[in-house]
Amino acid sequence: MSSTATATPQPKTNRIGLTVLDYRGGKTTLCAGCGHNAISERIIDAFYDMGIGPERVVKMSGIGCSSKSPAYFMSRSHSFNSVHGRMPSVTTGAVLANSRVIALGVSGDGDTASIGIGQFVHLMRRNLPLIYIIEDNGVYGLTKGQFSATADLGSKLKTGVINDLPPIDTCALAISLGATFVGRSFSGDKRQLHTMLKAALAHRGTVLIDVVSPCVTFNDHEGSTKSYKFMKDHEEPLHDLNFVPAFDEIDVEYDEGTTVNVTMHDGSSLRLRKLEEDYDPTDKIAAVKRLMESDAADEVLTGILYLNTQAPNFIEMLNMTDEPLATLPESVTRPSRKVLEECMEELR
Amino acid sequence: MATTEIAVHGSARDAERKPIVNDFSIQVATANGSGSQSANSILLRTIFQMGVPVSGKNLFPSNIAGLPTWYTIRASKQGYIARKKEIDFVVAMNAETAKEDVLALAPGAAVLYDEPLKLNELRDDLTFYAVPYDKLTAAVCPEAKLRKLVKNMIYVGVMAQLLGLEMVEVEKALRKQFAKKVKAADLNWNAAKAGYDYAVASLTKADPFTIERMDKTAGMIIIDGNSAAAMGCMFAGVTVVTWYPITPSSSLVETLIDYMKAYRVGPDGKATFAIVQAEDELAAIGMVLGAGWAGARAMTATAGPGISLMAEFAGLGYYVEIPGVIWDVQRVGPSTGLPTRTSQGDIEFVAKLSHGDTFHPMLLPCSVAECFSMANEAFNLAEQLQTPVFVMSDLDLGMNNWMSEPFEYPKDPINRGKVLTKEDLDRLGGFSRYKDVDGDGVGYRTLPGTDHPSAAWFARGSGHNEKSQYSERPDDYQNNLDRLLHKFDNARNVVPKPDLVRNDGNDVGIIAYGTSHHALVETLDQLQNEHGVKADYLRLRAYPFAREIHEFIAAHKRVYIVDQNRDGQMFQLLKLDIPVEEIIKLRSVRHYNGLPLDARTVTDEIVFQESK
Repeated sequence: MSSTATATPQPKTNRIGLTVLDYRGGKTTLCAGCGHNAISERIIDAFYDMGIGPERVVKMSGIGCSSKSPAYFMSRSHSFNSVHGRMPSVTTGAVLANSRVIALGVSGDGDTASIGIGQFVHLMRRNLPLIYIIEDNGVYGLTKGQFSATADLGSKLKTGVINDLPPIDTCALAISLGATFVGRSFSGDKRQLHTMLKAALAHRGTVLIDVVSPCVTFNDHEGSTKSYKFMKDHEEPLHDLNFVPAFDEIDVEYDEGTTVNVTMHDGSSLRLRKLEEDYDPTDKIAAVKRLMESDAADEVLTGILYLNTQAPNFIEMLNMTDEPLATLPESVTRPSRKVLEECMEELR
Repeated sequence: MATTEIAVHGSARDAERKPIVNDFSIQVATANGSGSQSANSILLRTIFQMGVPVSGKNLFPSNIAGLPTWYTIRASKQGYIARKKEIDFVVAMNAETAKEDVLALAPGAAVLYDEPLKLNELRDDLTFYAVPYDKLTAAVCPEAKLRKLVKNMIYVGVMAQLLGLEMVEVEKALRKQFAKKVKAADLNWNAAKAGYDYAVASLTKADPFTIERMDKTAGMIIIDGNSAAAMGCMFAGVTVVTWYPITPSSSLVETLIDYMKAYRVGPDGKATFAIVQAEDELAAIGMVLGAGWAGARAMTATAGPGISLMAEFAGLGYYVEIPGVIWDVQRVGPSTGLPTRTSQGDIEFVAKLSHGDTFHPMLLPCSVAECFSMANEAFNLAEQLQTPVFVMSDLDLGMNNWMSEPFEYPKDPINRGKVLTKEDLDRLGGFSRYKDVDGDGVGYRTLPGTDHPSAAWFARGSGHNEKSQYSERPDDYQNNLDRLLHKFDNARNVVPKPDLVRNDGNDVGIIAYGTSHHALVETLDQLQNEHGVKADYLRLRAYPFAREIHEFIAAHKRVYIVDQNRDGQMFQLLKLDIPVEEIIKLRSVRHYNGLPLDARTVTDEIVFQESK
C-alpha cells in the first residue's frame, strides 16, 4: 500500500462534461421491481450517452404510475405532470412554444389507450417531434389493478376476472396514423431499449415506443400476458439493434446483406441486424401485417417496427421562425401603429 | 314571429302625417343561405355612410340553408345601438314566415313584399309595397342560377328609394362589399338600380320612415366583435392559438388566421406564431397550457360546450399557475340548445370552472373596441397573475356588426410577468417556484429550455410545496390554497376598473355588463324620460370585483343587476362578494330568450320592481 495520497479518480463524464449523476432524479416511490423503474434507468443512460443537456429537455406525463416516473429521473429538466390522458396536448403546446426543447412524454396504457386515446391518435397524425413512451402493463396500478385497453384478450386479473375485449395495439395505430418511428420493447430487455432510446433521440418526428413494463403488484401473476415470465417466453425480437451516434468518430463495419442501415436526422446511424427474413422497417403495410401475424401467433414482437425519416414533422409544416415563439420580442410580435391604421382604414 | 312585439306607435294615419327620421328599425326576413347577408350589410353600411348611427343584428338558425333567418337594422339619431324590440319596416322575402311576420307588426308599420305573396290582403293598418322580384331579377340577371342571390339586391334598391338613401352611397357600400369581384359587383349594382327604378316608377311613398344625412359616424369603423378580438390578439402579441370550431367563436380564430398571415409573417416567410386546429376543446386548452407553461402567449376561443370540456384543465391551469387566454363567445345551453342565439350563460360556471377550490379572472367586453383592447389586457393579466384569464364575449357582440370609434393602439407594453432568466438565476443561485416573494401571491417562474442547472421546476397539480415538489403535507396544501386566494383577491386591484357611466347620488343603481350595456344606455333615458326615474349605472368590466363596485352598492338604496341569463348569474356572484347586510339591496333583472337584450325589457322590469 502506498503511503502517498492518491488523486481521487475523476468521475466519468459524457461529451458535454456531465456525469451520470447529473441525470438522476428523485427517489422512486414505485414498487420495488416495477418495470417503470428500469425504463427510467434506460432513459438516464440514453440521455447521458447522447450527451443531451437535461436543461434542453421537457419531461411530460399524464396520470398514473408511469406518469409519476418523470420525477425519478433528470431533475434538471423542466417537467409537467398534467391531467389523465392529456399529455399529448400539453406537450404539443410546449413544443409549439419552444421547438428547441427535446420533448419526452411518459404515459401508461390506461393514460394512452383508454382515457387518452383521443389525444393519442391525433398526436400521432401530427408527427410532432416528441419521444412518447408507453409504460405498458395492461392494468391501472394507482387504482389497484383494473384492466386497461391494452390488456390482452383472455388475460386474467389477480381477482380471477378475465379480459374479454380485444386490446388496442398502440404500435399498429401509431404506424397507420403517421408516427414516423414506432417501436416496441420490454423493460427487461436492457440493451434493446437503451439502443432504441438513443436512436429515438436522433429522430425528428413522433417516436412511439410501447414498452411492456410488468406491474409486479397487480399484473405479474400466472395468466397475465404482461408479466415478466410471459414476456420472457413470448418476446420475439425482429432484429438486433445497434446505434452509432453522429458524434462518434469510430465507425463499425457491417454486413449489408444482413444489416439494414438507416441514417437518422442528426446524421447518426441505426443498424438493424436481421433476425428474420426481409423485414423492411420502412414498409408501413408490411409492419402492420407483421404485427397482426405476431398477435395471432401469441408473440410479442419487439424492435423498431416502423421508421420514416422522410416525412415532414409538425414544426416544419408550421414554418415558424427559428427563434422559439416563447421568447420573441415585442418588436416582432406586436405589429406597428401603421398596421393598425391600415386595418382601421379597411373597416371605414 | 317571436322577434317582434307590438310596437307603441300611433295609428297608421298618425304615422303618415309625422315623418319619422333616422329613428326606426327594419327587419329583413329571408331564408338561411339565400345570400341576403351581403344585401343587408349594404343597407347597413349605406345608412352608416350617410352619417346615421346604425346597428345590425343577424338572428339566424343553426342550419346551412333553408330555415328562416332575420336581419334587423336599427337607425338611431340618438345613437342607440341595442336591439329595438319593435319593428317598423319589414322586408318579407321568406314566404314561410311572411304571414306571421306581418301579423306581429304594430299598426303604422310598413311592409315590402314579393308580389305573389299578396300580404296586403292580411291587414289594412299597415303600408304595403309589392315588388315583382322574379320579373325584375330576370331582366338584370340572365343567368338563372344567380338569380336567387341577385334578388336580394333588388330590395336594397327599392328600400333605398323608399327611405331616401343616396344611391351613390349604396354603390360605394356595394363595391366595398364585393371588393375585387368586379363582375359580381356590376351584376348586383344593376339589380339595385333596377329595384330603385321600379320604386320610382311604380311605388308611392306612404310610410313615415326616412333616412336623412347626419354627421355622427365620421371616421368610425364597422366591425364584428370576433374580428375585433382577433385583431386585438394579434396586437397583444399572441404566439400560439389553438382551437376547435364552434359557433359562435369560430370566426374569431378564422379572422385571426387571416390577420396573422397578413401581418405576422416575417420577410423570410417564417411565421411568428403557430395556429393549430385541435381535435377537441380538451386538446385546445391542453395546448394552451403547455404553450403558456413553455412561455408562449397562448389562447383559444370557444363557446359554452367547449368551456364544459375545458373544466379540468382550467383547474390545472389555476393550480400550476399558467398564463393563458380563453375567449368564451357565449351562446345558450348544451347540445343543440340554440347554438346561434346569444346569452351570458357561462358567467357563474366560468368563475369557478373546475373541481376543487378555484377562481378565474374574467374580462367583460361590452363593445368591439373592448374586444380589441381587452385582448391586450387579458394577455398581460394572464402573465402578470400567472393564471388562465377568460374573456366573456357573446354571440351578439362576436358575430354582429357594430359601429365603433377606431381602435387605439395598445397603450400598455407587453408584460411577460415574473419570469427568471439564466442571468437572474446566475445572480440568485436558485428560486422557489411558488414562494410569495413580493407579497402579491404571485411567484417567479422559469421557462423550459432555460440553460441553468437550477432552472427546472416540476409542474403538477395542487399537491405541491413552495418548491413545486410533490407534497401531501396538510400545511403545504393549505398554505398554497391561501396564497392562491390572496393572489385572486389581489387581482381586484389589477383587473380593469368598472365603468361608472353615471353616478349622481340617485337612490337607484343599476349594474350591468357586456352587451347589456347598449340597452342600458337607452334604459337610463327611458326611465328618466318616460317614468321620471333617475338611476345611476355602473358597468362591470372584470371579475373579481374591484373595490369601486362594493362602493357603488354601498352608496345606493336599490341596485338592479342585469343579466342575460335565467339564473341571475352575476347577481349571484355579487351576492357572494359583498357584505351580508348589503345583499338585501340587490335586485335581479333577467333576460333569457336567446335574443339580444333590448332597452324596453329592462326598463319595464325595473319600473315594475320599483312599483313593488
